[in-house]
Amino acid sequence: MGNSKLQFPDPHGVETIAGTEGWERMYPYQYQFVTDDPEREAYEKGMFWFYDGLHYPEPSYPFDIIWDEAWFLALSQFNTRIFSVPPVYGVDHRIINGYIYISPVPVTDPAEIEERVGHFMERAGYYYQNWNELEAKWVKKLEDVISQLENLEIPTLPDMEDKSVVMEGVGKSKGYELLRAYDKLIDLGLLCWQYHFEFLNLGYAAYVTFLDFCQKAFPDIPLQRVTQMVSGIDVIMYRPDEELKKLARAAVDLGIDNVVNNGKGWEEVKAELTGSSAGDEWLAAFEKARYPWFWTSTGTGWYHHDLSWNDDLDIPLASIRIYIDKIKAGASIDRPMDEVIKERDRITSEYQALLQTDEDKGAFEQLLGTARTVFPYVENHLFYVEHWFHSIFWNKMREVAAILAEQGFIEEVEDVWYLKRAEIKDALWDLVTAWATGVKPRGPKVWPPEIAWRKDVMQKFREWTPPAAVGTAPEVIQEPFTVVLWGVTNESLNAWAEVDAAGDPDSITELTGFAGSPGAVEGKARVCRTVAEIGELQEGEILVAPTTSPSWAPAFQKIQAAVTDVGGVMCHAAIVCREYGMPAVVGTGHATSVIKTGMHIKVDGTTGKIIIER
Amino acid sequence: MSQSQPLVCWFQECNKDSVPLVGGKNSSLGELINAGIRVPPGFAITTHAYRRFLADGGVEDKIVEAMAGLDHQDTAALDRASAEIREIIESCPFSTELEDQIADYYRKLSKVCGLPATPVAVRSSATAEDLPGASFAGQQETFLWIRGADQVLEHVRLCFSSLFTSRAIAYRIEMGFDYSEVAISVGIQKMANSFTAGVMFTLNPANGDRSMIVIDSNFGFGESVVSGEVTPDNFRVDKVSLDILEKTISQKQIYYTLAPAEHCAKKFELPEERQGLQSLIDEDVIELAKMGKVIEQHYGCPQDIEWAVDKDMPKSGSVFILQSRPETVWSCKKPDTPSEPGKKKTAMDHILASIMTGKKLT
Repeated sequence: MGNSKLQFPDPHGVETIAGTEGWERMYPYQYQFVTDDPEREAYEKGMFWFYDGLHYPEPSYPFDIIWDEAWFLALSQFNTRIFSVPPVYGVDHRIINGYIYISPVPVTDPAEIEERVGHFMERAGYYYQNWNELEAKWVKKLEDVISQLENLEIPTLPDMEDKSVVMEGVGKSKGYELLRAYDKLIDLGLLCWQYHFEFLNLGYAAYVTFLDFCQKAFPDIPLQRVTQMVSGIDVIMYRPDEELKKLARAAVDLGIDNVVNNGKGWEEVKAELTGSSAGDEWLAAFEKARYPWFWTSTGTGWYHHDLSWNDDLDIPLASIRIYIDKIKAGASIDRPMDEVIKERDRITSEYQALLQTDEDKGAFEQLLGTARTVFPYVENHLFYVEHWFHSIFWNKMREVAAILAEQGFIEEVEDVWYLKRAEIKDALWDLVTAWATGVKPRGPKVWPPEIAWRKDVMQKFREWTPPAAVGTAPEVIQEPFTVVLWGVTNESLNAWAEVDAAGDPDSITELTGFAGSPGAVEGKARVCRTVAEIGELQEGEILVAPTTSPSWAPAFQKIQAAVTDVGGVMCHAAIVCREYGMPAVVGTGHATSVIKTGMHIKVDGTTGKIIIER
Repeated sequence: MSQSQPLVCWFQECNKDSVPLVGGKNSSLGELINAGIRVPPGFAITTHAYRRFLADGGVEDKIVEAMAGLDHQDTAALDRASAEIREIIESCPFSTELEDQIADYYRKLSKVCGLPATPVAVRSSATAEDLPGASFAGQQETFLWIRGADQVLEHVRLCFSSLFTSRAIAYRIEMGFDYSEVAISVGIQKMANSFTAGVMFTLNPANGDRSMIVIDSNFGFGESVVSGEVTPDNFRVDKVSLDILEKTISQKQIYYTLAPAEHCAKKFELPEERQGLQSLIDEDVIELAKMGKVIEQHYGCPQDIEWAVDKDMPKSGSVFILQSRPETVWSCKKPDTPSEPGKKKTAMDHILASIMTGKKLT
């Protein structure tokens, strides 16, 4: 894309939106771009900060930023202090008008890089060599954290403590236990995120290395060909959807598919099924599938409003119905795994045959092997952390919020997300000491007006468009996580900038994203902003969504292509489309705001181009 | 020569073992056909037919007589002998058997092409291509846009007689070959009446990427693309998946097409409304790429290919390969390999190197 250096706005020059003055107090203070410290200001101006739209398609809630802080810590420590990734330390974070910006921090001293190489070879080398055993240990650690979370009791405050406190000489109150439970809840969340990054960057590095090798050997190779060579490995990301298919098949086999598919809500369906032997058998299977597989989030799991299937059983029910319809129509609902593997093996051997030296053929095989070893972790951690753990975590937080709401600290449970976690701790102290003392807490007069103001600020943030990046662009990015996941490539930034420059979204006739899955089709677009809308999809439409997650799986049974706002070639939509052999263009930045349901669009998943015919 | 050898045979009956019978050019066309590649149909007049022609008409005796005592440096004598021999060959009728066979094959060819009196190229096909200086041996004659059995017969004789140009005679004398050691075959091939034509490389000539196929095309005959007189349409195809990754449609001002009066390809201005149109449809791009892949696999190295879409042929089978030769620019270069030759690196070495290099941002 030419040699011109990328130009981005001055991070300190972004204007505060009128009416949001003072917004900085909603977030940790170290997230601010500052001008009162010349050294820090100079550092900030010299760095490249890009908007992490993949994880944060909307502004951050003061509470939800816990995960950003968690990975700020976890990723950075593994790079800097644990594995000693030679040319990079961690990834620094900032917030502009509620949107998260991140910046990989390079190591600049060559002698230090050299020293870090030795540590890295030993430490990272150990992980690669013992990957499978360490990964098995990781699963155990995660299951333990999740089980601690599930068993964590959030105590309510009684007027009078139970007599057993006296009889058993417990020696402490529910007030103390509430503070402790809250600390424990937060602690488990942070611990879970420690584990989240234990393998992730090493996984990405191995993956990027295979990608680099392929691109060096075949300068024009499309990214998706590389990911295709690593496809067809069974990962648990597909498991929740497999459970839905199993339930659909069972409903048909038991002859109760007409009840399951009666168009009513889950509670009514359940009531109708209860009592008959077939119905009870199916309900038992349904309950069994729920734990843990229905802890699948309907979003990325990063926001508190990403509900899981367990939170709204109408969601999995709607998916089961799509599968029942398919089965009744005589269609196959199986994933075409055999074909995927056959095609994967075919292209793998073709590429290998095109390599010209034995050294290359050997390296290719070795690096492909490593990429395939790390691939399951790179996918599976999402279910353990973002889906399973987070879904339960949000609900535990709602239990805490219910106590605050009952005492008038917040007007309703869902207001709690407008408070920072430290503020919640403060409020709990206020609440608990007032409860202990028998006086009125101060919080009910402090928090509701502040929350009302914050809601208004958040709304103003939502209406604002964050710049793709600020600061000074470096020539190379070496931080593996940044390299892979955000696809901060020139192309996407430039393409996004073009759409921004066009201003009026109705005048745009072409969008560019990542070529996620090959093939080209044209047809009617259907914009689904949330998974709740996938029921509206008609056979053969093209799905246009902000992003997709395993909850969206049934949608892929109906559509002929997918387009997303965020995501790279390794995102969910791209992976699933490759498995189903349908085109996908991902990471377009703006598809859901430019494309409207009913528009005729052409999607070319080979080139990453979308043509909009209005 | 055994009597069982054919006088005429179809290209598809030829292969790399039939060089002595049909020459290099014809046998390589047979190779391509047998590898599943569509080339314009045609047939070969064999070296056996050539030898029978010389023997039957008593031509041979007259040649021996005309060449007796010739000095390869005596230009005037050479010219005289050449003119005499060529006159003898060109005026000597074929045997009825040979004439019937050639005419019969030509009629069948016209029928295959669905075009009465199909225009053909009549080319000599050398049996001694490996001979140093083979071009002087007079085996390079090509006649284009020949129509009708009589014309074909006449040009076959011209190909035969081209073996006896002054230079060819002189060359053979100098090299010590008897004229009877060098025989000639003639190929009769349908002229590709190109709707669109161009070249194809089974690698990306810009960067040597062997997982790519690159095709240039323009309307009409391939001359405009080969000569560089036009910026052709350009297609980049993924060799592994056969997806078109990139296409660039250019403004093509000129093209070569058949001038009706002269019966040959002439340069014309392309009508303005066609200049910006895609000259090769996507289906044909993919079909060509498939053929390119097969040819490369057949020969075991990247190829530089000339091709055409023939407007006389049914749409489902109108893409033809005219010629394929090894690609030379990248194939001669030392491969730029990701791993250092002779050095075995561990996966860790590669991972470290990859992290150190990072990704370019600008």
